[in-house]
Amino acid sequence: MTTPVSISLTVNGERVEAHVLPRLNLADFLREHLKLTGTHVGCEHGVCGACTVRVGGEIVRSCLMLAVQVNGAAIETIEGLSDSGEIADLQAAFRDRNALQCGFCTPGMLMAAQDLLRENGKPTREEIREHLSGNYCRCTGYHAIIDAVENAALARTEPQA
Amino acid sequence: MSSIRNPETLSALDRPNSYIGKTVPRPNLDRLLQGRASYVSDMELPRMAHVAFLRSPHAHAKIVSIDAAAAKLMPGVIAVVTGGELAAVITPWVGVLSHLKGLKSAPQSAIAIDRVCWQGEAVAAIVAISRAAAEDAAEQVAVKYEELEAVADMRTALDPATPVIHSSLGDNLAFERVHDAGAVDQAFAASDAVVEAEFVFGRHTGVTLEPRAVVADWNAAEARLTIYQGTQAPHMVQNIAALHLGLREQQVRVVCKDVGGSFGIKVHIYADEMATYALSKLLRRPIKFVADRVESFNTDIHARDHCCKGKIGVKRDGTILAFEIDDLTGIGPYSMYPRTSAIEANQVVNLVGGPYTSKNYRARARVVFQNKNVMCQYRAVGHPIACSVTEGLVDLAAMKIGMDPVEIRRRNLIADDAYPCASPSGLRFEQLSHQASLTKIVEMMDYQALRADQAALRKRGIHRGIGIASFIEVTNPSAAFYGVGGAKISSQDGVAVRLDAQGSVICQTSITEQGQGSEALTAQIVGSVLGVSMDRVRVILGDTDMTPYGGGTWASRGAGIGGEAALQATKVLRKNILDVAAVILQSTPAELDIVDNAVINVSDGAFRIELNELARIVYFRPDTLPPGIQPELMATKHFVPREYPFAFTNGVQAAWVEVDTDTGFVKLLKHWVVEDCGTIINPQLVDEQIRGGVVQGLGAALFEKCIYDERGQLTNANLADYLVPMSGEMPDIDVGHVVSPTKESELGAKGAGEAGTAGAAAAVTNAVNDALKPFATIITEIPLTPQVILTALGRI
Repeated sequence: MTTPVSISLTVNGERVEAHVLPRLNLADFLREHLKLTGTHVGCEHGVCGACTVRVGGEIVRSCLMLAVQVNGAAIETIEGLSDSGEIADLQAAFRDRNALQCGFCTPGMLMAAQDLLRENGKPTREEIREHLSGNYCRCTGYHAIIDAVENAALARTEPQA
Repeated sequence: MSSIRNPETLSALDRPNSYIGKTVPRPNLDRLLQGRASYVSDMELPRMAHVAFLRSPHAHAKIVSIDAAAAKLMPGVIAVVTGGELAAVITPWVGVLSHLKGLKSAPQSAIAIDRVCWQGEAVAAIVAISRAAAEDAAEQVAVKYEELEAVADMRTALDPATPVIHSSLGDNLAFERVHDAGAVDQAFAASDAVVEAEFVFGRHTGVTLEPRAVVADWNAAEARLTIYQGTQAPHMVQNIAALHLGLREQQVRVVCKDVGGSFGIKVHIYADEMATYALSKLLRRPIKFVADRVESFNTDIHARDHCCKGKIGVKRDGTILAFEIDDLTGIGPYSMYPRTSAIEANQVVNLVGGPYTSKNYRARARVVFQNKNVMCQYRAVGHPIACSVTEGLVDLAAMKIGMDPVEIRRRNLIADDAYPCASPSGLRFEQLSHQASLTKIVEMMDYQALRADQAALRKRGIHRGIGIASFIEVTNPSAAFYGVGGAKISSQDGVAVRLDAQGSVICQTSITEQGQGSEALTAQIVGSVLGVSMDRVRVILGDTDMTPYGGGTWASRGAGIGGEAALQATKVLRKNILDVAAVILQSTPAELDIVDNAVINVSDGAFRIELNELARIVYFRPDTLPPGIQPELMATKHFVPREYPFAFTNGVQAAWVEVDTDTGFVKLLKHWVVEDCGTIINPQLVDEQIRGGVVQGLGAALFEKCIYDERGQLTNANLADYLVPMSGEMPDIDVGHVVSPTKESELGAKGAGEAGTAGAAAAVTNAVNDALKPFATIITEIPLTPQVILTALGRI
């Protein structure tokens, strides 16, 4: 348990080689080893969703996954999605609607919202509420977040001018 | 919406291109949206070590011995420090205020010495190169305890048979307040109906998504401590840290960058944070403490935990004649420092019956010690208790005399033209708008149509209910809150604004940002008053070295107090700029104005000089100005309300719910709020404060409760068992406004941060009771869990 294990993976498109203790979780690996602090740790037991990242295209709670489990995987974090521009419209919708206050839940919330919009381009408010139910927000009361995701979805499905 | 302003003040607030009253995005959002914020939990410093606290598993126990020998040998361990050892660098404190007469508490240490008084109190600090190494070593610290009887139930805390937690205090009563106004006994005797009920409020907590976090960095060579902390009140932290570490305030700098949620949780001084400051001084290196979620549940202040008997007397025509309450609350083993744990009960006494004309009011509040986690001020301090008791009693009275809940309120709420006036507890109201707010919410929700829906659905066995709750809210607190009681918590705030060398503005303010929009509203005010675009205004906050002295952001004070300071400082800067412009342009200040980042003629709006160019002349070519002209392109102003101790606001909430009488589940269908926070600087930010506040109130109403067993053990200290509102179960929330600006300030803004939380639980509880009307049961306990509802229905 105390012997470091070699892992090799890509994070936001960059190759990463590391030696990690088997007990190190993915959230701590991203934050403490790679200094990608946009992934937040809110509960460390898989409830709050603040640590949501993409592993192989699927969203996961990085506090519930070990770093050794992502050997060979492609990880995407909020920093990667921001730099690639993939969620620029969603971020703009959050900004315009003030769908964040303290911002601590926001990276995970954006990850989950983008996951929904990739699966379902025209979600109803109920579907948005349901999909985001694993991401806690203590500031907004959710209404603005639902509005922002709905607005982003509508804008994406509007015919291009 | 009407307010008359004289032309001079019109120029400051209603200028061309004013941002006041407009929805504009907050300037600091991109770093939060891109995961590039600076939360304390993200921070790292050279030589930084991490502390983990070993915490008591017992609610009440003597510490017989602590053996840290094995722990000190663990890999990566730097030190293991006990309470006695840490006492060499930090003194204990007592959480009392002199204006809360009779309030008593016992000295509390940063780390427990000899005795632990709640499950979760720290008994040793383990400092190591990583948090994981510190936690590994914590498991090796052997503590021998001798368990003592725990005082768990506040209802028996004052019984003679119950052990006294702090023998030096004589009993477990921390504070008692009695209030008697009017002629209460005669009023009850004259009432056609008198209704009594006991209201029970669960203990809950803030669950900030980022737990409390601090990095303390003692630089022995500079003899200076820098504290990086997610706090709402940096100058208060500076004062307290200096006081107990034996330093001058100028030896302590408090820096507060991004904060992952606060809600009143991060406005207090916690023992483990004090221990972290002290450890840094002791070990002469940066120390980081980030609470994990279990620690958060066990040590972040809890809130509420009240049991309040209430009584109302009413005439057949609906006239409310009297209110009476007897409130009991348990605050844990110590009154919190430095704001104390008596404020909430005091506030309950102040606020009950506040919206109504009835002058007969008797109240008693008792605050007792118990061996549970500390309890203190959380968002909307006392308001949800007072509102739920008052509005619950009003609904019970209406039910008893067969009157519609809206009608009984219409007949008793203070008339909108009756101000200024005072409440039976002595609160002074400058201008409220209860009646207009009630009228507005009845329209927004289409009350009559909802009642028709309710009746139609009732026939199909669907039980829906409507709940209404009027409320008052304490905002813009003056020194009356803490300063008069001896606490060094500033009620004034300061703002410094300066024009930089490129014609942009740097604004330093003593209010802080935890997501409410302090930075945005400050930039809106500065930009509007000066005549520059918001993108030219940079706001600096959260740093005791860099900002004027002030209170910070709590008790809904940022916009009303800090905003006014920003307005006044910017007016001075504007005058100073126009004075220089007049010299440069060979004009007079009265003939000039600043619009869109440039000086123009008042007469024809013609462009005269860009601020960029003016700044260039002032900073780099002062030699071209006439002799004796020394421009001052920086101005500082402070503000504190003086006429009213608090700027009261008001509002009303309504809930539309469906109760499943088979499962006991409550479905929130819709929620409405009308509130009056005076001048609205940014409508979107106000609405989102309201919505967020409502949902925290809904959490308390339906889900959130710290469940303790009879031995004082917190049994649900994790996010799987402690339920908070999720998006799937929250309703859409419609927000409307009535605007009654305060005349205490030119800005006219009052606060909006507590309004949502103040009335949400009362509205939902009234709605649930309305839904359950056919079942002849009344529930006066929150959270309204399925168990509570099915028990009331006799189903379990």
